[in-house]
Amino acid sequence: MSKPTTNAGPFFPRDRNWHPPALSPNYKTSVLRSPQKALLSLGNTISETTGPVFGHNMLGELDHDLVQNYAKPGECAQGERIIVHGHVLDEEAKPVPNALVEVWQANAGGRYRHKKDGYLAPLDPNFGGCGRVITDENGYYAFRTVRPGPYPWPNGVNDWRPSHIHFSLFGSGFAQRLITQMYFEGDPHIPLCPIVRTINDPAAIEMLVAKLDMNHSVPMDARAYRFDIVLRGRRSTMFENRMEGN
Amino acid sequence: MTKLEYLKESPSQTAGPYVHIGCTPNFIGNTGIFKEDLGARMVNEQTKGQRITIKGRVFDGTGTSLKDAMLEIWQADSEGLFNSPSETRGETDPNFTGWGRQPVNLDSGEFCFETVKPGSVPFPDGRPQAPHINFWIVARGINLGLNTRMYFPEEEEANAADPVLGRVEHRVRVSTLIAKQSGDTYTFDIYIQGDNETVFFDI
Repeated sequence: MSKPTTNAGPFFPRDRNWHPPALSPNYKTSVLRSPQKALLSLGNTISETTGPVFGHNMLGELDHDLVQNYAKPGECAQGERIIVHGHVLDEEAKPVPNALVEVWQANAGGRYRHKKDGYLAPLDPNFGGCGRVITDENGYYAFRTVRPGPYPWPNGVNDWRPSHIHFSLFGSGFAQRLITQMYFEGDPHIPLCPIVRTINDPAAIEMLVAKLDMNHSVPMDARAYRFDIVLRGRRSTMFENRMEGN
Repeated sequence: MTKLEYLKESPSQTAGPYVHIGCTPNFIGNTGIFKEDLGARMVNEQTKGQRITIKGRVFDGTGTSLKDAMLEIWQADSEGLFNSPSETRGETDPNFTGWGRQPVNLDSGEFCFETVKPGSVPFPDGRPQAPHINFWIVARGINLGLNTRMYFPEEEEANAADPVLGRVEHRVRVSTLIAKQSGDTYTFDIYIQGDNETVFFDI
């Protein structure tokens, strides 16, 4: 595996045709929450190339175990036990070490532990739906949870979200900040979902679909899903334009 | 011919309405998982520099404030240094994180950061940038986090010479990046669309 990047240069420009456009009329909430004027292209200054980095010592023992981190002693969350794991890489396929990965999700019945979620499915008293992990020196992360259920949401008359886990990612610079969602291989709701379909390119959607990984499944316990995440790459600073003499 | 081989960045998806569960669980009463919400405190008693409060709201195209947004800010310390491993220009104030995260109030839509006024940092060509704070805004309905900057109204001269503000073609829009001051409190309202649409950056 190649070595982690040590560059501190500007990030590769974001491909905004690859990301979902701000205005995606079939995802109705985006209509009034999308800028209508052109973004101002800035490139990066030191305000964008730097960013907060978090230490492994910040993590609690069960932060990466959603099956147990909200459960009463001796109990555990209900649902299909799964391990989600993979690498955080940059666009040059270099591992991103020390990347904070935060995750949140609904419980096995599709209900969120949130005061604004009123879905009929019951809360699981042993499931909070929140976890976090920091990648190791190889960019690797893993956490344990239960597979979240699909749920209906008010958009179209009968729209359902596929099973998904929300991911928040920090790299080494503030311009790498990313929030996305992980879906599950084979879920028939994926091609139907207006939020998934804010992304135009099927190859981009495919990047968000975790694959069943039997090799890393724990027999008689939990299945594994593999989910690699790619953050923006960055240029070396060697030839960045400077005023002559600097 | 060799094909250039790069991976593509993972595409963004909205943070959704329940971003608090993962990012600020204590804020919504989901206690006992993390001791404290990350980014809730940027300063302590020893932090150097002028203490300031930044308040504001995020408005949609009808002028309604978002009740489910989350904001993160990133800024230099009072001397203009970033608390980041890639900061090579000097020692950052160890009592200042430089990074803050706050959800908006679920009823009023207001956000509030307690921080210090940042020093100036250089533009890549060496010119000084006016003191500013980077903002990142996510919410239900926002497909890719929005980036903007807050500048300080009392820094008129520095703002006039700022290389980033200088790039705003429609000068009438520069004011959308400048907070309103009342003592040590700055108000920075963000308009996602409409006549007063805030300038957002592609960084």
